[in-house]
Amino acid sequence: MQALGIDVLFKGTNMQRLLLGLWVSLRISLISVAISIVLGLVIGSLMTRKNPVIKVFTRIYLEIVRVMPQMVLLFIVFFGTTRVFGWNIEAETAAVIVFSFWGTAEMADLVRGALISIPKHQYESAAALGMNEVQIFIHIVIPQTLRRLIPLSINLVTRMIKTTSLIMMIGVVEVLKVGQQIIEANRTASPNAAFGVYAVVLLLYFIACWPISMFSKYLERKWC
Amino acid sequence: MNFEVMRSYLPLYIEAMKLTLKIGWIGIVLSVIIGFACAVARHYRIPVIGRIVGVYIELFRNTPLLVQLFFLYFGLPKLGLDINAEVCGALGLALLGGAYMAEAFRSGFEAVEPIQTESALSLGLSPVQTVVHVVLPQAFSVSVPAFVANIIFLLKETSVFSAISLMDLMFTAKDLIGLYYKTIECLTLLVIFYLIILLPVSILGSIVERKVRYAGFGD
Repeated sequence: MQALGIDVLFKGTNMQRLLLGLWVSLRISLISVAISIVLGLVIGSLMTRKNPVIKVFTRIYLEIVRVMPQMVLLFIVFFGTTRVFGWNIEAETAAVIVFSFWGTAEMADLVRGALISIPKHQYESAAALGMNEVQIFIHIVIPQTLRRLIPLSINLVTRMIKTTSLIMMIGVVEVLKVGQQIIEANRTASPNAAFGVYAVVLLLYFIACWPISMFSKYLERKWC
Repeated sequence: MNFEVMRSYLPLYIEAMKLTLKIGWIGIVLSVIIGFACAVARHYRIPVIGRIVGVYIELFRNTPLLVQLFFLYFGLPKLGLDINAEVCGALGLALLGGAYMAEAFRSGFEAVEPIQTESALSLGLSPVQTVVHVVLPQAFSVSVPAFVANIIFLLKETSVFSAISLMDLMFTAKDLIGLYYKTIECLTLLVIFYLIILLPVSILGSIVERKVRYAGFGD
């Protein structure tokens, strides 16, 4: 243990601090996912409309998110907009804005995919049975899209958690930063701490994400 | 926006882009090789190796690249494994990408119906011929969309290399902002350079995706 540098984590409140750091990332990702799902549902259903203006705008939006690294978006919001508009935003707020912006696009694309995957005859049969548009939406469209959407949106949660590790780069003190601080503080007492601490951080992320992605896989197999 | 300033920064950004592209390219090629080998090991259920590959895939798919890089770059030297930043970046990208590519290829393999293999064998093709001429072409055409998405994902992920002090685009932008405080110019250049790298890949990817859709069988 000494040689691997894991012992550092059991000194004082180090482990507690590390877990609190993980909670910071988890909190930001959960808030962002919640926002993304709500906005994604709205924008995703807008995207199935035939309106050319909406089509162009959503297409550009999706393409921006598709090609821009999240880190660049973080820098633009955190350093760029503060400079241009002269306001002051907290790093955590900037993170939530960026990850919601990214997540909404991902979610909207999933919603769109799920909606267009419903065969046309489903709508036609429902209409032939005398259902009106609202009824078709509630009884036919929603049950079928939800089954496809839920596993994929749960998967979005794990991706969000992994992406939030980037917030360290704009100065949020999260699990990786706490790990770094612990290593720095114990530089002389435990020179090998870098190995142990980063291995534990890696493991913590794995523990946070793996069950969620397993659950999503299970649902996908069960429902699709 | 000061274009004079932007022009004077250009050479620095071009250097940085070369580095990003170099590491990205090496990482992606390696990740395709790793991913393909892993997918074969998983799909054909090679004993022991298949299991190990499964653990590897889950581990790397469920942790962020940033943490992986920190572990490789700062953690491993404590065990005496000293690797320089460039190798570390390429290695990290290759390992992460390998796990994602493996899943992409595997879903391709799974999409090929057993009847295809059986028919090929009954026509007298050898097992190797069956794999090369029947399974692989179909599996590849199914996994192309995931493959393209992974390449874009990996190129985007290269932006975290700045954390292990590789002088990539992100690092250059951050450095210049810190030195001269020309935030807007630096960020604009950053966006332009990432667009130069990623937009062609994205467009080309969409074209390829549309082309291979015709190769699907049975639908």
